[in-house]
Amino acid sequence: MRTPFFVLILTAIAAALYAAFHSIGNDYLFFAGYTVLQYIVLATAWNILGGYCGYVNFGSAGFFAIGVYSTVCLYTIGQSVEDVFPQFLVAPMQLIFPLPLPALIVVGGAVSGLVGLGMGYLTLRLRGVFFAIATLALAVVLETLIVNWEFVGGSRGAYVIPPNEIPVFGPYIDFLFALMLILVVVSLTVARLIERSKLGVGFATIRDDELAAEATGVPTLRLKLIATVLSGALFGMAGAPFPYYIGYVEPGSAFNLSYAVNSIAMPMIGGTTFWAGPMIGAVLLSTLQQVVTVTVSSAVNLLITGLLLIGFVIIAPRGIVGLWQDWMRRRAERAKGATPAAGAEGTPA
Amino acid sequence: MTKAKSAPLLHIEQLGKRFGGFVALDGVDLEVANGERLGLIGPNGSGKSTLVNCICGTLQNETGSVTFNGEKLDGMVAHERTHRGLARSFQLPRPFRSMSVAENIRVPLLYTVNARSRSHLSHREIDERCMELLTLVSLHDKARKSPADLTQVEMRKLELARAMAADPKLLIADESMAGLSHSEVEDIVALLLRMNEHGVTIIMIEHIMRAVMAFSQRLAVLVSGKKIADGNPEDVIKDKEVVGAYLGT
Repeated sequence: MRTPFFVLILTAIAAALYAAFHSIGNDYLFFAGYTVLQYIVLATAWNILGGYCGYVNFGSAGFFAIGVYSTVCLYTIGQSVEDVFPQFLVAPMQLIFPLPLPALIVVGGAVSGLVGLGMGYLTLRLRGVFFAIATLALAVVLETLIVNWEFVGGSRGAYVIPPNEIPVFGPYIDFLFALMLILVVVSLTVARLIERSKLGVGFATIRDDELAAEATGVPTLRLKLIATVLSGALFGMAGAPFPYYIGYVEPGSAFNLSYAVNSIAMPMIGGTTFWAGPMIGAVLLSTLQQVVTVTVSSAVNLLITGLLLIGFVIIAPRGIVGLWQDWMRRRAERAKGATPAAGAEGTPA
Repeated sequence: MTKAKSAPLLHIEQLGKRFGGFVALDGVDLEVANGERLGLIGPNGSGKSTLVNCICGTLQNETGSVTFNGEKLDGMVAHERTHRGLARSFQLPRPFRSMSVAENIRVPLLYTVNARSRSHLSHREIDERCMELLTLVSLHDKARKSPADLTQVEMRKLELARAMAADPKLLIADESMAGLSHSEVEDIVALLLRMNEHGVTIIMIEHIMRAVMAFSQRLAVLVSGKKIADGNPEDVIKDKEVVGAYLGT
């Protein structure tokens, strides 16, 4: 399927989903749906580096938080233009600020992508567990910086007040949901494009055997940097609308462990080698988490994630997509083996 | 009248490499002419694989220099050296396991041949070249198989075909025959000779002496990181120092 057609189908599905939710008219669906969509973007972002290249990133929460805090920072600037800029710049800046949310998403993605580039330069010469620890350390360093940065609220946090209503969309959550749907379309398209391109082949060689990849001419460091930038940018874009969704941001919520754990668990459960894998994992796991949050307690969420992750690592290490592919292969082999036999027995002499 | 000697394709000068206190390569000098078939032998731990790694950029030499096709390669990373026409096969086959046999061959075509030439190969040209190479190594009927389904000798052939796909000027075959049966060794030697006929200069690193003798036009011997002999294979294997190094006398 060609990419424009793929985008068209995804957009149609997204529009249908939005229309369906809108016709039901229950705001909770938008709130819960937003979280599920956010996790689709996060899982897809993680999978670009972790699934395609085989570099396990434990610092997902850090990249997500960069998006969150770039929004908080720009929102705060918008609230205090007179205090932040010199007098001669106040008037032009008042024309620019406050930035609209789509612009904040672009900025969040750009900042997080740049940090991804920096992290890549610092850590991508490390491999395996050392790389994973370095990414975790990066998230800790970033959290410490944010805790000590008073301008964005520091440890006490910051309020970001969204408008109640927005033209065309109505309630602000409907607008956030629509933006997140667009981000899902963007992230899935990016993932699919990577998979079907020369870049995807290069990523797969890095995952399989980096030494052999270099020996066959693959510029591994450059490709890994591209992966960290793309992955970081998607994380940042998913994080940018979060302050408007939650209203009050503090480091504990932005750097929450659940983002790191879920970003890893969802692709592992769905399957890491196919663009739809992270989406399947994210839809299943985060929907289940939403149901449990409402019916039992949100405290059970990480337990569920952990148990499912252990189960899948043992029973289906290639995730649901892997199970599906195995089943299809077995079916094809059975059909191949059965054809001559059926002909021999079933054809009259 | 003397014929002017052309510049060697590979020129290694005083190459040195240490691992902590262990001297792996100690001032190795080596030249390989264009189109030549060089055998490189030496006991285990003599520095053969380190030499290959230093030539190919997997390791960086600490002293000396590697000049390939008139260009100094010191400090250059492995993939850049591959782009310049240096290819290698690994002692233990390292296929890309998530890809099919044909997809393994596509990687150097996409990343090396396309990077080198200004006009990129089309998908059809890449597929055709893949099948040519797989036919050369008799793996054309296994193109869609996974490397996990291949036998040992087929895996070695895949390794060599993948190296050849980079369209190299120099191919270093690092113990491509280890663990193979007599007929399989003959098969690989014949394959390397065919590759050489295609104009590829080949350095064969091997322990199987009948293969080395059948293949090499020239033989170099490394012992304890030093080159102790270099010349006609028949003469080199009779060299007292070489015999001593192998027999421990």
